[in-house]
Amino acid sequence: MDAILLQILNGLDKGSAYALIALGLTLIFGTLGVVNFAHGALFMIGAFCAVVLSRLLTLSSVSIDPEKVDFLGKPLKVETPYVELWFGPEVGAAIINWSVPLAILFAIPIMALVGLAMERGLIKYFYKRPHADQILVTFGLAIVLQEVIKYFFGANPIPTPAPDAFSGSFDFGAMIGMDPNVIIYPYWRIVYFLFAIGIIGAVFSFLQFTTFGMVVRAGMADRETVGLLGINIDRRFTVMFALAAIVAGLAGVMYAPINSPNYHMGMDFLVLSFVVVVVGGMGSLPGAVVAGFLLGILESFASMAQVVAFLPGINQIIIYLVAIVILLTRPRGLMGRKGVMES
Amino acid sequence: MLALDKKDTTLFLIVLAAVIFAPFLLNPFPEGSELAQFNAGYPDLLQRFLIFGIFAIGFNILFGLTGYLSFGHAAFLGVGSYAGVWMMKLLTMNVVPAILMSIVFAGLFSLLVGYISLRRSGIYFSILTLAFAQMSFALAYSVLTPITNGETGLQLALDDPRVLGVSQVNGSIPPTNLFGLPMRESFELTMGGWVFTFNAGYYLCAVFMMVAFYLAIRIFRSPFGMMLRAVKSNQQRMNYTGLNSRPYTLAAFVISGMYAGLAGGLMVAMDPLAGAERMQWTASGEVVLMTILGGAGTLIGPVLGAGFIKYFENIFSKINDNILHQWFAFLPDGLEDALVFVIHPFIGKGWHLTLGIMFMLIVIFLPGGIVEGFRRLAQIGRRGTGGGKKSADAVPAPAE
Repeated sequence: MDAILLQILNGLDKGSAYALIALGLTLIFGTLGVVNFAHGALFMIGAFCAVVLSRLLTLSSVSIDPEKVDFLGKPLKVETPYVELWFGPEVGAAIINWSVPLAILFAIPIMALVGLAMERGLIKYFYKRPHADQILVTFGLAIVLQEVIKYFFGANPIPTPAPDAFSGSFDFGAMIGMDPNVIIYPYWRIVYFLFAIGIIGAVFSFLQFTTFGMVVRAGMADRETVGLLGINIDRRFTVMFALAAIVAGLAGVMYAPINSPNYHMGMDFLVLSFVVVVVGGMGSLPGAVVAGFLLGILESFASMAQVVAFLPGINQIIIYLVAIVILLTRPRGLMGRKGVMES
Repeated sequence: MLALDKKDTTLFLIVLAAVIFAPFLLNPFPEGSELAQFNAGYPDLLQRFLIFGIFAIGFNILFGLTGYLSFGHAAFLGVGSYAGVWMMKLLTMNVVPAILMSIVFAGLFSLLVGYISLRRSGIYFSILTLAFAQMSFALAYSVLTPITNGETGLQLALDDPRVLGVSQVNGSIPPTNLFGLPMRESFELTMGGWVFTFNAGYYLCAVFMMVAFYLAIRIFRSPFGMMLRAVKSNQQRMNYTGLNSRPYTLAAFVISGMYAGLAGGLMVAMDPLAGAERMQWTASGEVVLMTILGGAGTLIGPVLGAGFIKYFENIFSKINDNILHQWFAFLPDGLEDALVFVIHPFIGKGWHLTLGIMFMLIVIFLPGGIVEGFRRLAQIGRRGTGGGKKSADAVPAPAE
């Protein structure tokens, strides 16, 4: 029982990331009908927003402290981050410590801009072109974005720690009345899971309970009719693209402490996220979310020592295997709509 | 000639001539001159041109004709490589069994993958092939280590049996050979300042490449090829006429898988080792890039694309800031530094950035690739000179 619970918990953080990226992919596909291979790059850009903010916050002024000397007898240089100068040492240190959550605020406008620029500057011209062309051009864009990030930040992963308050682990088992020390779980992962749930909830309620969301849903069902009613559906779909970019970016920001950002993290996630979208059913938002969590948890079950001993290598291929089985038995995916990408 | 019509014969002969004389053609700059770094006439690179040319020709038979976009073709190349190295470990260092076996194994594997993946089309097909390729990559990396030697990659060893040959010669592994002719044997011809290298392995690749190219032309012109084009233009209508298209697409898939296997076998014949990274999806992406860049669905396009990418990969990644400073030395200092600063991100390690930008530009403005570019240029030229109907049929000369 506790082993099962532990694996479910372990699968949650990866599952959350899959679910968020797949949600964005499905939003774009469902509204604009574009297969976006650059979505992984948006996830990566989000993670690098966290890196940039933490670097900005630790920009320091260098002053010479006359009272202290280093071991060579020279006056010691003291680096004081500007935020500590401006807000006082305690508040400043707290701001630096909390740079990753703060990066959420920083990332939202950036990701919205990136998303708008992408849609208006490039993807707009590909609505009418075949899916193969869309895949190819966004694949090229993903390479470009990845290489630009590599040029500025180098090829090595950049550690971006979570705030100290969340850095440790806690005894989840003891909290729910099980034996202590059975289920130890890092704080940040539970934060990530709750954050993902929050974002998913926000996106769904935005679509469900606002007029804007209602129009978008109507447009997803029948774009032409909505257009005939005199509604500028294209502009709303552009906003949805920006929203999808923000979702991917925020998934990346919060993932930075779990996995140090590097330039190819987007591609690694993209392939899996596509598999998730297909398993969930192309064009189905709930399908993407459910499949994301499901595959994340399955992956973590498959990497249990007992399972690996029984079926070696299964942890590496389980997601692909599930995808193949689902695609062949339920061609529309778990919750696919009829008539979406049937051919 | 060879049951080809006049146009195809011309194309075939041009490619043949280009391939035979490539060691001359691609070494236009004298040795030791400043431009010598742009020479591509050394065996290692020439072999890669042809091997990736074969790979791309095969991919084009699937993608160019049927429109099925496979994102997992590198897996077949990897399987072919492993099969080839195993033949060299078990049988002999002669490359013939290695190449044959790599074609056979890649063919069998692609039959399995194709049989399953072709049940779906469109993006689902792409995802299925991608899933298969990633699975084989992950397995080759981890569980199949006894066969693939995992991260290190499969290499020859001194104590391999090699039942038809010898395990070792004077304490070293014998070189790969074709009935005694070592693949790495080269003949150097010095003419004035120029040094031309003629490599045995290169010409073996050339023979295979020409055979592969000839077969591709025949497939393109055959009723079978016509059927594949019909699949691309409207599969639904084909189904409505009561024709089952799956055997045709499966045949195309297996043929292109065997081409990939041949490419893998030749890689092993030139350099007897195989690693799992050859199967990674980025490698599959590369062959897609080559085919699109050259022109999908055209005969010569994939070869051009492969040559183009491999050439610039080698040359661009060699250029560094010092070389740039030399080039722009005639400019005022400030301007020189500014130019170098602007160009810097695109060269050396930034080659992939250049590739990505080029690829995007091609997909956006020139969906037909380099071949369409030439065609448009020819059109403009014709309009300019006001006549010359012949140039309409002119086929662009291969760049490699």
